[in-house]
Amino acid sequence: MRTTFHNLQELRRSASLVTKVFIQRDYSEGTVCRFQTKFPPELDSRIERALLDQTVKTLNSYYVEAEKIGGQSYLEGCLACATAYIIFLCMETRYEKVLRKISSYIQEQNEKIYAPRGLLLTDPIERGMRVVSFTHLLPLSLSVQG
Amino acid sequence: MSQLLHASLDQQQQNQQQSGQYDQICTRSSSSSIPATEAAEPAPCPGQRGRSPRRKWQVFPGRNRFYCDGRIMMARQTGVFYLTLVLILLTCGLFFTFDCPFLASNLTPAIPVVGGVLFVFVMGMLFRASFSDPGVLPRATPDEAADLGRQIDSLGCSRPPPRTREVLINGQTVKLKYCFTCKIFRPPRASHCSLCDNCVERFDHHCPWVGNCVGRRNYRFFYLFIVSLSLLTLFIFAFVITHIFSSAGSNRTGFLSALKDSPVVVCFFSVWSIVGLSGFHTYLISSNQTTNEDIKGSWSTKRSKDNYNPYSYGNILTNCCAALCGPLPPRSVRSTIRTKVRSDVKHTSEDPDSDVQSAPCAPEVSARGTTRFGY
Repeated sequence: MRTTFHNLQELRRSASLVTKVFIQRDYSEGTVCRFQTKFPPELDSRIERALLDQTVKTLNSYYVEAEKIGGQSYLEGCLACATAYIIFLCMETRYEKVLRKISSYIQEQNEKIYAPRGLLLTDPIERGMRVVSFTHLLPLSLSVQG
Repeated sequence: MSQLLHASLDQQQQNQQQSGQYDQICTRSSSSSIPATEAAEPAPCPGQRGRSPRRKWQVFPGRNRFYCDGRIMMARQTGVFYLTLVLILLTCGLFFTFDCPFLASNLTPAIPVVGGVLFVFVMGMLFRASFSDPGVLPRATPDEAADLGRQIDSLGCSRPPPRTREVLINGQTVKLKYCFTCKIFRPPRASHCSLCDNCVERFDHHCPWVGNCVGRRNYRFFYLFIVSLSLLTLFIFAFVITHIFSSAGSNRTGFLSALKDSPVVVCFFSVWSIVGLSGFHTYLISSNQTTNEDIKGSWSTKRSKDNYNPYSYGNILTNCCAALCGPLPPRSVRSTIRTKVRSDVKHTSEDPDSDVQSAPCAPEVSARGTTRFGY
């Protein structure tokens, strides 16, 4: 039974039965939002490593930009504190602006790169910035029987 | 071929059951496993059934209360928060009614103005700390939980499976614990609040006075609240004493007089705890620690000589600026993104959570025509 389980597990991995693949967070640099650049083996047959690498690295750079602590963030913080944070009712924070950029980047990547390969990239904000998930658009049952 | 497919699908189910050993410990059935249309909580509007839009906060599995269409998020027990509110309003009300006219006319009109500004700031920070999402981590979807289970199983055959992961952060080994309720490995500095039943990022503590957890997103508001409250308390205390001594000759007996002087009593008893708390949190901010870490002694040199805080920037000023003026991350339990229950779409995997999610890539634009990522 155990041997059968292991064989079937390997078969499953190679046949890409899983419909979702997750890239977890990389905490080696602390609590800064950063995703692992390790290539998931389940996507080996679906997409080129370089493309996925590029996407994850670009996302990581966007998050670094959003969470950067520097002159602009200090100014924003001090101004917000001085106005008792009422200013955020009228103004968008820098983080939100970068999140919009990330959304449009992900949409563009889905249209140009991932959808043609039958994959869909989910915005990490949908998962509480915990994972980047890829959904296989074509369910296996169709791809196997077809 | 079809036999292999069936066998593989059976195996997938068996694997999900195996990874379900992580599910067994969860005492609270996560509503992520309940389709949104059959969620235990009744829909707020009786007309909304089936295809009608359901907000994420309406199917939120934690023990939180939501108001104003999900914009306000608080803990379940809010009794002490109302006490805080009553104490502040009553004390300030009495001060402005009975002491300020005397002080404004005899000393300077700046006193009620400064008092007013402080009061508004205190209330603003209290509401912001109480009503904000503290940085709740959404629970793992069944797919995510199954994927984690597979990853752990693939690591080895040890039973029980490893419930911690070690990560090297700035040269210090940090253990990430597995949360059986949320089915995730908690990020560094995150902790599970048993009162709210949520994992909170950079969890500081659960404050009953504020009626909410204090975490990554609302720590600065909490800190500014206690600091401004200390100033307000000292301010009221000082000026009521001034008023009492200035009018020492006049008749100050009777119930009304006692009522007028009650701010002194309230302030006297609260000033020690509030000022003390402000001092403690100033220390925590300057060393970039959370209350949780300080209590556990996570970075104390008593544990080992090589123990140090990997999150500290090494500089008190940078630590303070990072905590108070750093970027404010968005909330994960969003309310303004409309989600649709797609009961007509068949899913190959058990992911009812995708029923309450918008298009996976770009967030849907809400009815107001704008997309906000949170408050």
